[in-house]
Amino acid sequence: MATTNPAIEVAGLTKSYDDHTVLDGVDLIVPEGTVYALLGPNGAGKTTIVNILSTLLTPGAGEIRVAGFDVRREPAGVRAAIGVTGQFSAIDELLTGRENLRLMADLAHLDRTTATTSVAGMLDRFDLVDAADRRAQTYSGGMKRRLDLAMTLIARPRLIFLDEPTAGLDPRSRRDLWAIVREQVADGVTVLLTTQYLDEADQLADRIGVLDGGRLVAEGTAAELKRRVPGGHVSVQFTDAVALAAAAAAHPDASTDADALTLQVPSDGSIAGLRRLLAGLDDHGVAGLTVESADLDDVFLALTGRAAEARTAEEISA
Amino acid sequence: MSELASESRQHSVPVSHDGSERQRGAGMSTTYTVRDSATMLRRNLLHIRRYPSLSILLLAQPILFLLLFVYVFGGTLGAGLPGLPGGGDRSDYLVFITPGILFMTVASIALGTAISTATDMTTGIIARFRTLNIARVSVLTGHVLGAVIRTGLAVVIVAAVAFLLGFRSDAGLLGWLGVVGLLVLIAFSLTWLTVGMGLAADSVETASNTPMFLMILPFISSGFVPTDAMPAGLRQFAEHQPFTPMINTLRALATGAPTDSDLWLAIGWCALIALLGYLWSRRLFLRVPAK
Repeated sequence: MATTNPAIEVAGLTKSYDDHTVLDGVDLIVPEGTVYALLGPNGAGKTTIVNILSTLLTPGAGEIRVAGFDVRREPAGVRAAIGVTGQFSAIDELLTGRENLRLMADLAHLDRTTATTSVAGMLDRFDLVDAADRRAQTYSGGMKRRLDLAMTLIARPRLIFLDEPTAGLDPRSRRDLWAIVREQVADGVTVLLTTQYLDEADQLADRIGVLDGGRLVAEGTAAELKRRVPGGHVSVQFTDAVALAAAAAAHPDASTDADALTLQVPSDGSIAGLRRLLAGLDDHGVAGLTVESADLDDVFLALTGRAAEARTAEEISA
Repeated sequence: MSELASESRQHSVPVSHDGSERQRGAGMSTTYTVRDSATMLRRNLLHIRRYPSLSILLLAQPILFLLLFVYVFGGTLGAGLPGLPGGGDRSDYLVFITPGILFMTVASIALGTAISTATDMTTGIIARFRTLNIARVSVLTGHVLGAVIRTGLAVVIVAAVAFLLGFRSDAGLLGWLGVVGLLVLIAFSLTWLTVGMGLAADSVETASNTPMFLMILPFISSGFVPTDAMPAGLRQFAEHQPFTPMINTLRALATGAPTDSDLWLAIGWCALIALLGYLWSRRLFLRVPAK
């Protein structure tokens, strides 16, 4: 993709209300056709960034271009290029699913035939055919979210913002939604998503920005971020206490669990390190071995000094 | 998605940093104002159909007033009507207040529009509309046009009730067309005002209270008793408040009497209220949300 023409360019973005600073100098570049995840706890400023980029809020300071348009001076150009699915359901509950989609098709100024075809296609793709002529207020949470996303995508935006798209969804609905996002990406669409679910960023994003207190405290691919923090280790399980004690003596930095006959040896994840460790082990004394890299939870903890608030998501999806 | 994916993207215009794209982007809002307003009108008409209880409630108000004033107060008030030899009766009073009741029908629906606008603003879809490249004011135009249509239906029903109660007049087709035209104009202007009230309200409850004066003011006008019967002070107010020339003109048109300068005063007031209401509503809606 044309890296010379980023879909989103943000430099020195600030936003504050009275004396309360929400965004404190954010720099962000999202190349076309990639997925960028803004990861952070509640109140980190994720939604504020999305609202500014989607022209719902005026920025305090900073240079912000979306799809090549300045959000302050050319908001109409920005709006023509983007689609937004917010944290809260943006559907018309008094209308049916079909009417909601038709409304969006009309507002996207599609011609009559294209609109009808697109509405039918969206109902089909988003598994809403059976419910198409029921009022949206009767839909389940997952159906509402699917309709919401379908309404965003029917205009075929080149760039979509997804603000906590899977908040409150059951595991199956989350996976359905992830699949839809991946299809969009395969189609060349740029995605900026916010999430407090670490696994979601890991699953979907090319690059992740960790947002805390209105600042990007780290940025990179999931792998890069994991490499930046300690927490990776190799777990070796031994057949007997003697073998465990021998290995523990050879690795003074490892932690020993005598009951489970397990030794946890810190690892940087490199092959060379692993090879050195294996060379020092006796084949007959070892029952099993697991290599564990740091997960984003460790990253978050290390970067912000506290745990991410929403760990439940990992439990749900596990 | 696969068959959709093969089609070209709607907005796959190459991004450029020069002015040409900007022109196209900015131009869309004005080009599509009419189409977007029609789309929003369809949405509001669906809302009105899906939520009939509000319409029924709003319609019940003027009909109840009509029945109350004609059957409870009508005999006495009719006797006090000036210009009738030997005093009027209940049926004269029915003719006298029907224009005022038609005006209250418009006011009642306008009040409902404040409520429905305020309710609409609490829904997430309004934020979505703000992120679309559409004529933004069409969200409001949809409410206003929907309200005008709803008012038209309500007025027909209330007029039919008045006829059932015995309203008869010498007004010709032209007179009734005049009544319809003026009622539409009044509905249009009062609705822009109440849309503004709906937008300004911090809650749906507030939105249902602030336009209450629209229901009170007709009583201090020429709508229910001749202004001559009021004490000084109140009488001056009643004679000069904007609703009096509107109701006087409605009465002249509906009874086949010649219209006077009140016609132009009524049209002038409507135009002024509509303009101020429109500018106020537009400013409230286009302002960037505070949070």
